[in-house]
Amino acid sequence: MLKIKNLHASVEDKSILKGINLEIKPGEVHAIMGPNGSGKSTLASVIAGKEDYEVTDGEVSFEGEVINDMAAEERAHKGIFLSFQYPVEIPGVSVTNFMKTAINETRKAKGLEDMPAKDMLKLIREKAELLEIDRKFLSRSLNEGFSGGEKKRNEIFQMAMLEPKLAILDETDSGLDIDALRIVANGVNKLKSKNNAVLVITHYQRLLDYIVPDFVHVLYKGRIVKSGTKELAHELEEKGYDWIKEEVNA
Amino acid sequence: MNKYTEDDLREELKTKEYEYGFYTDIESDTFPNGLNEDIVRAISLKKEEPQWMTDWRLEAFKAWKEMTEPEWANVHYQKPDFQAISYYSAPNSKPKYNSLDEVDPELLATFAKLGISIDEQKKLSNVAMDVVVDSVSVATTFKKTLGEKGIIFMSISEAIKEHPELVKKYIGTVVPQKDNFYAALNSAVFSDGSFCYIPKGVRCPMELSTYFRINQAGTGQFERTLVIADEGSYVSYLEGCTAPSRDENQLHAAVVELIALNDAEIKYSTVQNWYPGNAEGKGGVYNFVTKRGLCETNAKISWTQVETGSAVTWKYPSCVLKGDNSIGEFYSIAVTNNHQQADTGTKMIHLGKNTKSTIISKGISAGKSQNSYRGLVKISPNADNARNFSQCDSLLMGNECGAHTFPYIEAKNKTARIEHEATTSKIGEDQIFYCNQRGIDTEKAIALIVNGFSKDVLNKLPMEFAVEAQKLLEISLEGSVG
Repeated sequence: MLKIKNLHASVEDKSILKGINLEIKPGEVHAIMGPNGSGKSTLASVIAGKEDYEVTDGEVSFEGEVINDMAAEERAHKGIFLSFQYPVEIPGVSVTNFMKTAINETRKAKGLEDMPAKDMLKLIREKAELLEIDRKFLSRSLNEGFSGGEKKRNEIFQMAMLEPKLAILDETDSGLDIDALRIVANGVNKLKSKNNAVLVITHYQRLLDYIVPDFVHVLYKGRIVKSGTKELAHELEEKGYDWIKEEVNA
Repeated sequence: MNKYTEDDLREELKTKEYEYGFYTDIESDTFPNGLNEDIVRAISLKKEEPQWMTDWRLEAFKAWKEMTEPEWANVHYQKPDFQAISYYSAPNSKPKYNSLDEVDPELLATFAKLGISIDEQKKLSNVAMDVVVDSVSVATTFKKTLGEKGIIFMSISEAIKEHPELVKKYIGTVVPQKDNFYAALNSAVFSDGSFCYIPKGVRCPMELSTYFRINQAGTGQFERTLVIADEGSYVSYLEGCTAPSRDENQLHAAVVELIALNDAEIKYSTVQNWYPGNAEGKGGVYNFVTKRGLCETNAKISWTQVETGSAVTWKYPSCVLKGDNSIGEFYSIAVTNNHQQADTGTKMIHLGKNTKSTIISKGISAGKSQNSYRGLVKISPNADNARNFSQCDSLLMGNECGAHTFPYIEAKNKTARIEHEATTSKIGEDQIFYCNQRGIDTEKAIALIVNGFSKDVLNKLPMEFAVEAQKLLEISLEGSVG
């Protein structure tokens, strides 16, 4: 589904990713871990197509198509979703209106008519229930005055609405208390199927107790320096990142 | 990666032509350029006005000659040469029509281009229209329905002939002839406009609507509108304008007077889309407008405006809260792009006790434009327990535009409560990327963000106008982000 080959990327001439190789197949859950500043969020942004990042070498392909030069919205139309670490506020635009626009723009790109209002409402109701979201919440301005937990839950709600093929969860666990974490993780697990894939980016092992990864990769200084199964995550939780750093620097 | 830089945006903006930029060739009856007493008399004569009206105009003209153009606004432009303007132009066809079939087909085509086919409007939208092309009304509809309720809705020229007692009683009572330079000019040379009277206790059953339009090259447009809501009555009045694309600057100096008698309510909504000039700042309409309403006891006046057009805007729809417990409201969205300049806001003059006013102003600037909010809240010594709430928000796109806020407060009564809030924000790349990531392209993202920013005001517009206004916001700002 997603194939990353020797990816180098920089922002404002500062090189951040230095040769990433990663392949994610349908039905898989991958976790990327690593210390602060290792390039985790950059990787997420580059896959999603953020313009500030320049790909200097290598390629990213999605379902067999190289997407290096593809605009962010086109990638979204193809089924790439990024749950933001810091979701932005859009005052005056309700969650419902935002989702309606997103869904209909995606449908338009696929040559489909707007989703009938009735279906839209049904979908919203269904997904809101899945994530235990209060209906009132949906008429509030997007992320404006939301608590950290509400913002993250809203991200997963959007993911549920858009039903992406590849969902990248960038530090979705940060700012969540244990109950919210469980709700969010349950939501992700319920949406999981053999046809879609999840890339979890996290600093801590905590979230991986709920969203169990098939593969765990450690990112350090812009490279994947170690890959393994979920046991690797436990090891990191126990021993920290220092031993990895030592291994790399040795 | 496919970079969409500010340069690309700028290019895109430049290539965006004014949507409604066309010119209709209707045979016109136009006065020679210049302004003097004879011209003023000739206008009055042409319109077959009574002597008192002619005298009123001449009085205004005398005052105007002694006045100078105001320079305090935060706008810069080449002052119009008032002797190079023709002060009268009327479509040279039959003066009145009984049906649309009699209307100049080219005129109808013009309306079709604007998407405001009268036919459709008549049938679908339940809106009575007094269509003003250039200066003389050529079509009036729904007069009969309104007539049954005793509502008078006609051109002001007709009103001067048919209801002289009402016009004479109220004209110039809210905006005196000598009020300011442009109001004086308008009082001297106004060509036509709308007149509306709602009798005691009558709730006007439909939105009243007027479309203004500048059409004749080099012809100033001097509209005069007078709306009187008698005791306990209610009216919602819509005014929308768009003008053809012209190279020379066109002057528009309108005067609107609203009178809300005891317990009456007037809602006055405007969508203004005059030609803003081209991407280099050449051409465009000068929009110097005086709008003011007077509230008697328990009366309420709401001004709602969506200003997207004109090269230079100078406009402060105001409320004089004379009666106790009266309410004034001002809701505004002002969009400037390219080289547009807008200096707009309101004046809330609290004279009566327990008077309340609300001001919500949303300024959106893009390109190299300058957008200023200028507002005065004045609480007079007798206005016990007066309250005002003002909120002025600015949204910037790009690094070359400007947003300015000039709030003036004069409180001469200790019981006054005045609140003022102001914010300035910029459409951020993070917001755009967030939308992009959800499948929403940049253009649509801006529309979404701008509409969200303007929502408080858009919500105040009558339904059919709100849709039009949203469309206008999108057209005016296509591709502008920083």
